[in-house]
Amino acid sequence: MQKPEIIKIENLSKKYHMGEGDFTALRNINLTFGKGEFTGLVGPSGSGKTTLLNIIGSLDNPSEGDAIVLGNAVSRLTHKQSATLRNFHIGFIFQTYNLLPVYTVFDNVEFALLLQKRTVSERYKTVMEALEWVGLTDKAKSKPAQLSGGECQRVSIARAMVKRPEIVLADEPSANLDASNSHHIIQTMKKLNRELNTTFIFATHDEKVMQYLDRIIHLKDGMVEKDEFIQDPKIVSHVSI
Amino acid sequence: MIKFLFKGILNDKSRSLLPVIVVSIGVALTVLLHGWLTGVLGDSIAMNASFNSGHLKVMSRAYAKDDTQIPNDLAMLNADTLTGTLKKSYPELDWVRRIRFGGLIDFPDSLGETRAQGPVVGWGIDLFSPGTSEIERFNLRNSILDGRVPSVPGEALITSDFAGKFKVKTGDTFTLFGTTMDGGMAFKNFTVSGMVRFGSSVLDRGAIIADISDIRKALGMEGAAGEILGYFNNGLYDDTKATALMTDFNRSYASDKDEYAPVMIRLRDQGGMAEYLDIANAMGAIMVSIFVMAMSVVLWNAGLLGGLRRYSEFGVRLALGEEKKHIYRTLLYEGLLIGIIGSIAGTAVGLGASYYLQVVGVDLGDMMQRSTLMMPSVVKTRITPVAFYIGFIPGVFSMVMGNALAGIAIYKRNTASLFKELEV
Repeated sequence: MQKPEIIKIENLSKKYHMGEGDFTALRNINLTFGKGEFTGLVGPSGSGKTTLLNIIGSLDNPSEGDAIVLGNAVSRLTHKQSATLRNFHIGFIFQTYNLLPVYTVFDNVEFALLLQKRTVSERYKTVMEALEWVGLTDKAKSKPAQLSGGECQRVSIARAMVKRPEIVLADEPSANLDASNSHHIIQTMKKLNRELNTTFIFATHDEKVMQYLDRIIHLKDGMVEKDEFIQDPKIVSHVSI
Repeated sequence: MIKFLFKGILNDKSRSLLPVIVVSIGVALTVLLHGWLTGVLGDSIAMNASFNSGHLKVMSRAYAKDDTQIPNDLAMLNADTLTGTLKKSYPELDWVRRIRFGGLIDFPDSLGETRAQGPVVGWGIDLFSPGTSEIERFNLRNSILDGRVPSVPGEALITSDFAGKFKVKTGDTFTLFGTTMDGGMAFKNFTVSGMVRFGSSVLDRGAIIADISDIRKALGMEGAAGEILGYFNNGLYDDTKATALMTDFNRSYASDKDEYAPVMIRLRDQGGMAEYLDIANAMGAIMVSIFVMAMSVVLWNAGLLGGLRRYSEFGVRLALGEEKKHIYRTLLYEGLLIGIIGSIAGTAVGLGASYYLQVVGVDLGDMMQRSTLMMPSVVKTRITPVAFYIGFIPGVFSMVMGNALAGIAIYKRNTASLFKELEV
């Protein structure tokens, strides 16, 4: 069944001024992403993976063409509209977790909801639910420094997911984790992808991540080299956390 | 969000502790310095007013020209009448006659021969009238170390340092030598009724106080007085009112060309008091300005360091969808919270220290042995209502200002680099 389209990238190019000339990070990209996809942008360093994530996440603007995210043309959004789009509809997961060290796990996850001005009781319920998804309800009062790398990344996933975004963008989410933790993290995200029908887009070159992807977009020198839909990705039936 | 920020401030000592300490120290110093200057300048102004200048002073024009030399030969002859007129015309002030003079005191031995001699400055003031305000104005009862305030003609008080130097006791007699207002030689015997210590080196090293009637007799100044001093009934100098009164009084004598016609001057027109008053009035504003500038620079730097340390935090918040404007605003709220905490702590410490120095004081007597300034030897702070907020407002303002300057970098942050920056 065709998945409803939530991201459409049309003739997108991105150039950066470098000294006297321009560096082209993305060249004439045309892609669409459907709701609930579990997609990876794969390619060597400098291939344009992070730049594409930046533009989809409305953190950067295209030089030519456009990215239509949930009906919003990124190039035409104001700073405020971009912030609102990220606040309500896009979650981010970073390679180095980037949790706020002085706050508890609960506070870190709650922050996204504070920005949405949700009520105290609603925030509490939603945060605990998100921590339950990643199996960290017992660590709600812990500080990030008291957690392992895998646990920190699970908090990061809970933070991205707590606002139930349509899209989650993850840049090398397993790069700092060992094999076991990497599998756990990806399985957790896959489970959430299935249960909540959230679109996940990864920038990765981790083979462990690729096993779970149902679509892999290969980028090279800023262009789409190959766009393959995986017929039989690794299925997660149960995630033991 | 406020609760979230408050948690951050409490949990992140490096975000809050240094700024709180800096603000507290700055505020405490401001409060203490204000109390100190208010005390020193206030006491000095009050002492000068009580002993010499009054809030307003009436003299003959000729006397006024050289009033620092106390030219009693140019004193007002009709002082009693004029005092009565002043009391009637300007009842909001207490008008008193004074004769200031300089002279020589001779202490005799048991045979009546000169045992010791020393120069003195003296005051002839109203000690005997029922309900006279001069005893209180000179703080005589509290300043007496031995003996009592003169109660009968022929008695005088002498300052204790002077008495100690010449080994004089209460009950001893001495002769005052001086000059009459006609230029003749004046001398009169007095009995020491007591010894006083005013706490001002310039006074304590040689002064006598006697009733004005005795000094008039001694100096041949019957019915005359060198100066008529006016004091506002509430005890506080009001320059606006003083100026209005002075203008009114002097206008009434404007057409009188007699050089012995009376002239009125304000406290601020005498002996450098204008600078004193201006400094006292401007000190608050000067201190606050210096404080705000210095603290803002320090806190700006602290904010910049904090901003560098929290670089990834701000990046994550931008990525999560927080607007730059909102992050900047939360920084200002943080500054406000930290500023309030620091200012409360600093004000409490500053008031505590000021209170201690108000009670105990600092004895600068040894440093002021040769001083010609009329100010107390034991200088004390004075806590006024202003002390409760003079440090508080700039404390909060400088913290907010510091964060406001440091937070400008948030607006320069390029969101396109966030992923790269946050991967470090």
